[in-house]
Amino acid sequence: MLWVENLTGGYGPVQVVQGLSFEVAAGEVVVILGANGSGKTTTLRTISGMIHGRGTVTFDGTSLLGKRPDQIVRMGIAHVPQGRGTITDLTVEENLRLGAYVRADREVEEDIEQWCAVFPRLGERRDQPAGSMSGGEQQMLAIARALMSKPKLLLLDEPSLGLAPLVTREVFEKLESINRETGAAVLVVEQNAGLALGISSRGYVLETGQIVAQGSSEELSTDEAVRQAYLGY
Amino acid sequence: MMVTALLAEEVSALTNFLQYTFLGLQKGAVYATIALALVIIFRVSGILNFAQGEMATFSTFITWAIWGDGRVPIWAALALSLVVSFALGASIERLVIRPVSKKAAGNPLPIVIATIGLYLAFSALAPAIWGTDAKRFPTLFGEGSLSLAGASISYQTLGTLAVLAVVVGLLFVLFQKTKIGLAMRGVASNAESASLVGVSVGSVLMLGWALSSAMGCMAGALTANVGLNGALMIAPLIYAFAAATLGGFDSPAGAVVGGLIVGLVAEYSADYLAEVPFTTITFIGEQLRIFPAFLLILVVLLVRPQGLFGKPQVTRV
Repeated sequence: MLWVENLTGGYGPVQVVQGLSFEVAAGEVVVILGANGSGKTTTLRTISGMIHGRGTVTFDGTSLLGKRPDQIVRMGIAHVPQGRGTITDLTVEENLRLGAYVRADREVEEDIEQWCAVFPRLGERRDQPAGSMSGGEQQMLAIARALMSKPKLLLLDEPSLGLAPLVTREVFEKLESINRETGAAVLVVEQNAGLALGISSRGYVLETGQIVAQGSSEELSTDEAVRQAYLGY
Repeated sequence: MMVTALLAEEVSALTNFLQYTFLGLQKGAVYATIALALVIIFRVSGILNFAQGEMATFSTFITWAIWGDGRVPIWAALALSLVVSFALGASIERLVIRPVSKKAAGNPLPIVIATIGLYLAFSALAPAIWGTDAKRFPTLFGEGSLSLAGASISYQTLGTLAVLAVVVGLLFVLFQKTKIGLAMRGVASNAESASLVGVSVGSVLMLGWALSSAMGCMAGALTANVGLNGALMIAPLIYAFAAATLGGFDSPAGAVVGGLIVGLVAEYSADYLAEVPFTTITFIGEQLRIFPAFLLILVVLLVRPQGLFGKPQVTRV
């Protein structure tokens, strides 16, 4: 579904990503592991049109490079940015409603109810400004808001960042069930390899802008180098 | 005898006070409308539009030209001019502001300089097209007035306040009840996240400029009956800056309250205090009436930089 070949991209003259190739099939959960500065965020931002990239990026056969972020959302890709990106001045409900901005159907209200049921704390805090919530709740909101656009592919940028281990676990459990129930494919970039490999079927390892290893999540969890670098045992 | 005289004096003081209150509210409503226009652009894009006043003057000349000394009813002329101004504001964003911001890559300075360039362009363009002599412009709500405790409140004052109420009401519906309004608030709070849910930030900025331009057109029509020339909006823009500073540049409610307060302060200090007998506060004469506005900006910036309704800037480290 998502096909990336020989992607380069970065900020100004600095090429953070240097010739990446990877793919995500429909309904699949794929993880890209990488340390700080390895190019994870740049990769996602190139896919969602926030920065320019070169190479080939196609989604269901259509090229994404050169398209604006709002056009890419309309094609069915939702990006939960690093640091969550909740719109702090809007209420929880307004964040969700804005998540459905690209939709023209009449089921937006039902979907708001649905995600408030899936994430009960969002339901409890519907009318509160998003900025008043804890980091974990804001991460849940960011994910729910992305799902409001009914994406075929969900991009997640380090969902565990700044969250307590228990909360991180909860976020990943939700992601797993969302993938199962909505069928949306998930591409998650992470440093927290243990949890990410636990919910994904395949993974890639990114170092200084290049893929240095890839394989099934099982293979990667038992790989010596991955274990030392990302799992810490 | 003495008691009656004293009473008469008090009544006339009250009448005076009311008179300047009405005048202050009328002018304040105009400042509030322009301040709202400034705040809308500031909220969605984080820049100050220094050309706001000159764009409003230009729009008012367009209204005047369509009106053609009564050839077209003034309200019809104004309606058409509002549409033209809306389109003008949108075009300015698309053709001037957007290319400059693309090159500026996040630095607001070039965009602010571009608005100063627009200021110069419009202030040169209006006299080049329509000449420098003052034009006769009709009073939108007629010349009549109501009497209240000895003071008169003109239809123009009432009408101006009503227009402000309508503008505020429409903006409320736009921002709170519509999808595009929600998108505008989203862009104002976090443009990147808004674009990641599919909001076209460019269209939102274009709409912001279009609305602001139309509101300037409205404000100009409310105040041009004093005589329309190129300087129409120079002082009101400064009062509007004072109003937005006082209310908080990120707060539409603040712009309205700030505008009315600035209007009242300017009137009281310039006219009312000057006429109160035996006071020494007569130095604020007609020529210096803009001084309180500057003083207000300074005091607010020193005491409460975010304004009455604004949110303090928080820097995370």
